[in-house]
Parts: sequence; C-alpha cells; structure tokens
Amino acid sequence: MRKLLITASMLALGAAVMPASAETVRWARASDALTLDPHSQNQGVTHNFNHHIYETLLNRDVEGNLVPRLATEWFVKEDDPTVWVFKLREGVKFHGGEDFTAEDVVFSLDRARTEKSNMRQLHADVESVSAVDDLTVEVKMKGPSPLYPNNVTNTFIMDKGWSEENDVVEVQDFAAGEDNYAVRNTNGTGPYVLTSREPDVRSVLTAFDGHWAEAPDVTEIIYLPIRENATRVAALLSGEVDLVQDVPVQDIERLSATDGVKVNTGPENRIIYFGYKFGDEPLKSSNITDKNPFNDPKVREAMELAIDREAIQRVVMRGQSVPAGVATPPFVNGWTPELDAYPAPDVEKAKALLAEAGYADGFTVTLDTPNDRYVNDEAISQAVVGMLGQIGIRVTLASRPVAQHSPIILANDTDFYLLGWGVPTFDSAYIFNDLVHTKDGNYGAYNVGLYSNPDLDTKIQSLGTETDLDKRNATVAEIWEVVKADRVLLPIHNQVLAYAMKEGLDLPVHPENQPLLNELKVGE
Amino acid sequence: MLAFILRRLAQSIVVMLVVALISFMLFRYVGDPIASMLGQESRLSDIEELRQRLGLNDPFYIQFARFIANAVQGEFGISYRLQQPVSELIMTRLPATIELAFTSALIALVFGITLGVFTALKPKSFATAAIMTLSLVGVSLPTFLIGIGLIYIFAVELQWLPSFGRGEVVDLGWWRTGLLTESGRRSLILPAITLSLFQLTLIMRLVRAEMLEVLRADYIRFAKARGLSQRAINFGHALKNTLVPVITITGLQLGSVIAFAIVTETVFQWPGVGSLFINSVQVVDVPVMAAYLMFIAFVFVVINLIVDILYYAVDPRLRVHSIGAGK
Repeated sequence: MRKLLITASMLALGAAVMPASAETVRWARASDALTLDPHSQNQGVTHNFNHHIYETLLNRDVEGNLVPRLATEWFVKEDDPTVWVFKLREGVKFHGGEDFTAEDVVFSLDRARTEKSNMRQLHADVESVSAVDDLTVEVKMKGPSPLYPNNVTNTFIMDKGWSEENDVVEVQDFAAGEDNYAVRNTNGTGPYVLTSREPDVRSVLTAFDGHWAEAPDVTEIIYLPIRENATRVAALLSGEVDLVQDVPVQDIERLSATDGVKVNTGPENRIIYFGYKFGDEPLKSSNITDKNPFNDPKVREAMELAIDREAIQRVVMRGQSVPAGVATPPFVNGWTPELDAYPAPDVEKAKALLAEAGYADGFTVTLDTPNDRYVNDEAISQAVVGMLGQIGIRVTLASRPVAQHSPIILANDTDFYLLGWGVPTFDSAYIFNDLVHTKDGNYGAYNVGLYSNPDLDTKIQSLGTETDLDKRNATVAEIWEVVKADRVLLPIHNQVLAYAMKEGLDLPVHPENQPLLNELKVGE
Repeated sequence: MLAFILRRLAQSIVVMLVVALISFMLFRYVGDPIASMLGQESRLSDIEELRQRLGLNDPFYIQFARFIANAVQGEFGISYRLQQPVSELIMTRLPATIELAFTSALIALVFGITLGVFTALKPKSFATAAIMTLSLVGVSLPTFLIGIGLIYIFAVELQWLPSFGRGEVVDLGWWRTGLLTESGRRSLILPAITLSLFQLTLIMRLVRAEMLEVLRADYIRFAKARGLSQRAINFGHALKNTLVPVITITGLQLGSVIAFAIVTETVFQWPGVGSLFINSVQVVDVPVMAAYLMFIAFVFVVINLIVDILYYAVDPRLRVHSIGAGK
C-alpha cells in the first residue's frame, strides 16, 4: 500500500512540472448538454454549451441587455407593424467553410418552428420567415409582436446545405428508433469547433480560426460534467479544473476564503415563490372541509406576514439570495423597487388576520415542494412550514424530486406548492401569460392555483399586440398592481448564481446562467 | 448435462422476464419523463402530444409487451436524456465499469486473503486487534463518505491522485481501456479502493474464520506431528482448504460489485454504467433504466449459471439427482 502511494506521488510530481497552459480552460458543471441538435431541447445547460458552437441572431449580455450577434440590426418594418426585419452580419462562415446567408436563417427559424422542435413555443406567433436578400430576413408575425426579438436569443442558426446533406432537416424525434446526425455532429458559426465529445464525460472545443469576432483568450475548452457537488468542488481545489459553474451555496464562503480561487456571484433571472389554490372548492389536504381558506385575502395576507424572507436568506441561503416582494426578477421589464418592497414579518398581526377570517385555530394543509430543482428548495419549504406553524397554519411537507413534482404542478393537483420561474424574454408578459392568466388554451399553463380574473385576462392579452411601448408599460404596471394586491403568488427570493474559478480568470455571472467562455479574460 | 443447462437457461429467461416486469411496474412511480424533456415554455397540448408519440398513454401491459418485443431483438430504443441509442450508450460505458469492478475485486482478494491469513495466524497480536477494529470501520462507513474522504486526503490535500474521471483512455476499437495510460491507472486507484473496501473486509473476515476453523482440524495437527514446516502447513494445507468458500463468495460478489458500483461511480464521476443509471433516474429516462436493469439481471443470471454448472461438475450428487429427474 505504502509503495503504491509513493509511486503515485512520484507520478503526481512529474505531472506538476508541466506548465498549465493558460489558454486551455477546464470547465466543470453539474450536468452535460443533452444534445447538440440546436432545436431539440429548450434547456439551459444544453443552450449554454451549444452557444459556443452555434450562434443566435441576438444574445443577452451579462446585464441582461439584448446585443447583436449574427444580426447587426433589427427593427419593425416601417409600413407593416407585423414584420420584424433582421439585418445580418457580413462575412460570417460556418465551421465547414460555408457562407452564412439569409437562406440559413430562414431554414433555421423554420426548423425551430416544426412540430418536433422544443423551441417552437417561442416562435408560436410567427407566420412566415423569408429572405429579402442575402443579408436581410423578414419575419412576418400573426399580429404586431413588439417583443419578438427577446425570443430569438436561444434559437441557433444552422447551415441549410449541411443540414440537407446530412438529412437533419427535421429535429430529432424521441419516438423514432434512431438518433439523427445533428445530435452528435455540429456545423455552426460559433467561436469554437467541437473536436471531441463523450456525453456525460468530456467534450473538447477548440477556437474557430474563421470566426468573425476577435480571437478569444481561451483557445481550448475542456468541458467536464461532474455530478457530485463535493467532487466538483474538490476538483477545483486540487487544480484539476479551472472553472466550476454550479457552485453549491454551502461552499461559496469556503471557496472565497481559499487562496488561488476566486468566486463571482450575481443574481439569476429566476424567482422562487409559493402558490396556493384559489376558488371556493375546499382544499383536498385541509381539515377545513366546507371552504377554501386560501381564497380569503386575509389568510393570504397573514401568510405573507408570517414569512420572514430575510431569515430565509440569512439561514437557509447563507446570504446567497435576493429577497423579493414581487414575483419577478429585477431584470424583467415591469419590475420596480416599489413593487419589490415586502412587509416586515408580524406574527401578532398575522394571527389577528387569521382570527378575523374565522381561522382562530388555524388549519392544516399540505405543501408540495421539489427537492432537487432549485437551490435549497426543500430547506426553504421546511423554513416556511415552521414560520406558518407560528400563526397556527399546520403544514405537512410533501417533498419530491422534480420528475414527480412537475406532473402534480401541471395537473393542478396541489393546494400549496413551491415553484421557480425564469423569465427568458425579460418581459413581464411572459410571467402573466403562464402564471396569472386564467388557465385556458395556450394561457396559464403554470397557473397552478387556478387564479382567475377576467379583467386581468383582457389586459394580459392586449400586451401581446400593443405596439405603443409606453401604453404597454402602463398596462404592465396596472397588472402588477392587482397581482401584488391580490397576492396571487407569494414570492420569496431571486436565486443567486456563483461561479468559482482559479485566480487569473474572471467570468462574470450571466443572469441566464449562460456565460460565453470566448468572452472570458485570462490575466496573470 | 445438456438437459441440465437447458433447464437452467429456461429458468434464467423466466428470471429476466420477472425482473423486466417488476422494473416496469416501478417506473410508473419514479415520475414523469415528459417533465424533464419539455421546458417551461411547453403547452399542455405539446406535453400530451409527446406523451402520445412516446406511447406513454398506452396501458401498462402494452408498453411492457412492446419493450419485451424490442428487447428480444436487442433494441432498447433511444435515451430520452441523451437522445442516443441505449444499447450503444451502455456498451460504451461498460468497459469503465468492468475495469473498475475487476480491479477492486482483485484488491479485495489480494488484501483480503493476506490480512485474513495474518490475523488468523497471529490472533493475539496487537496488529490483529488493530486490523479487526479498522475492518469494522470499513464495513460500517458508507461508500459515499469513504470516497469523499479519500478525495479530500489524496486529491485536495496531498494532490497525489485525480479526484474524478477516468483519465486518458485508449480506444482498442471494441474496448476503451484506461489501463494502458498513466493517468488512466492513477485515476483508477481511489475509486477501486473505495469500491473494494467492503468486499475486502468481507473476504478478510471469511478467510480468518475459515482459517481458524481449519487450523483446529485433525489433519493440521497430524501435519504438525509429522514435523512439516510451519510454512508448508499454513500455506500448503490450511490456506488451500480455506479457499473453496472464498472463491464461491468472490464469484458471487463480483456481480454485486458491478451492480452496486453506482455510488462509487457517482462520487468519482467514473463514466461507467452505474453513473449512467443515476443520471437517468433523475430525469426518468425509462429506456436507459430498463436496459440497465435487464443488463444487471443478465449479469447475475450468467454468474449463477456458471456457478451452477461448476457445482454440477464438482458435486456428483447433483448429477445422480438430475438423471433421476430425467427418468
């Protein structure tokens, strides 16, 4: 045994002599991209990886602003408010040497709208896409869609010729018996070319010589999924990886204090909130069997007063969260500091409100929470169980992995639940459409509590086609006013992201958790 | 003999079918694969449609029949998570698991037997007491903790060994091995030790108990009386007679080492079938889970079949019985 260790230590010494190349970055995350087919999955980790190989018309910078990428200009056509015009970048080449033209954009947007594409909801309002000339594309919408450019930041552009040649005009079909070529092979315009890939193990990306932007500091990326939190952090501490994107909250403090390791934190564009069932029907998990306590505004107010958001931030999140008084992250159009204010906890007043509402003895209810989806999701719910217990609401916690939590959420089969919501369009309408509008057709898919306010529904629908931005913003403000006063949702906080890296690297936190490593600066 | 094997094979097929049936029944409680396949933008209609396309709305027995019909042709479908053929995913991951399992079995065997003999021969020494106490720790500490502990000591603090992965691998065409490169061999050390600890202590305790038993036997005393050297007695006679049960146990344990490498593989990000399975469970990747469970059942069935055949060859009583049954 001893001999074995001595041999091993000698080997390690040998390895330590070799200089670590400054241009290669070993990048560890908790999970791997699911597929390389750009339109098959609408999932953050997959998009983040593919953003290095493929490019989008527009992108989000670290402040959450829309920035040009393959498109240099975008505007609504002068004489037709239903048409968006994208002017494309000149001189862009695909990895295979093909020229990037409007035909490729038309092909890719069409592909993203097909039935098997997971991106198609983002393009649901598109009627047709056409090329005007080699560097101009027009997207005809079904009606005026002032915010459509927000929806193209994760829709990647493929080469038409390459796709036809390799028979990947259609998106990967889960139900088919075979995988398609684009799942494992790529031909994008992005800053890196995929040189090798072993799913769940290791992928290597090397800088693309023919890329239109200036050459990146990082010339090679080795992407290493490490599922176990402790192992991922250990790999950074032992110098085997240079960058860890998914840093567990409990390790942030320790890593910051470690020599040679730098931790960047920043808010994520994701709100964590509780929701409850509306309507007159009695709850299925409560001891109150003749009515629904949550339907009483006083009860909802009492719950908000019972919850100490700052205690959750301090104790459960170890300071790594931004407490919120409104169910939208600050990045989103429509957010204001006034809306985000939240009341100080007041147990006495909460009890009085409950008594006024006729629940002096409180009531029982079950809280459904995921336990592997959001940062410390189960612990947040446990804290809330305790806080509500103080005012007499006796909560039973039902904790499940997200694979079991999601079906309950989608089936509205819960009285009281925890959920998180990211806002990829950076606009309040995205929240209203899915969380506030009455559940009906394409609206309200995640309106789990079945809240329904016909007046708000009309206003929400008007946002989709209102072209006067001032008028539209006024409507957004009106809707938030009602949503907050009605306590449609009970927001807790916005998540914070943390990236840990070795000294000398500086990767700012991206609000969508999709940093680009070609923008990573390598210092001394 | 042939009839015996055929009968055994028939029984094995029944076992596999039962495993498939039970695992299919369990899948319904793992969760909904659709939840992780479609993002938050998806509409209820999308979800319903995908469910329909994947055949998840069909009754349980139809899904099961379809799975069996495909499995018989070696077709396990496409992974929901990685969108690649399941059989291919498992085959590319298998070498990693097998190399890990065999290395740790080897460690367990060598150290287990050596320590077992030592503690049996010197039952009163201080070293024996220390080893026996330590072995208790080895049995009772969860693999997860042992793995993290080893990573912390040897990778983070001492920086001698890698904390994760398999290092460089050499592709032999049909087998990707990590044994031919230095980084591959170094990467193997910590996970192999972690995985072997439980088996090691098991074998050690077994050898020790057997050895103590044998050392009391009459033929050992006669050997001593004949004046044979201590060495010849201990290793030529006593140890040989101890090894029969050890070999049986080791053979059977090899199956469970392959099957239960899951935790070790997860801790060390070892790219074997175990970590593939864990990643699949989280997102309810039913095709991978089903194929993996069938594969593990197959491993156990094969090992048991071989053990049965060996017994048959060794034990004449079984043969007499089977001839009787044949009439």
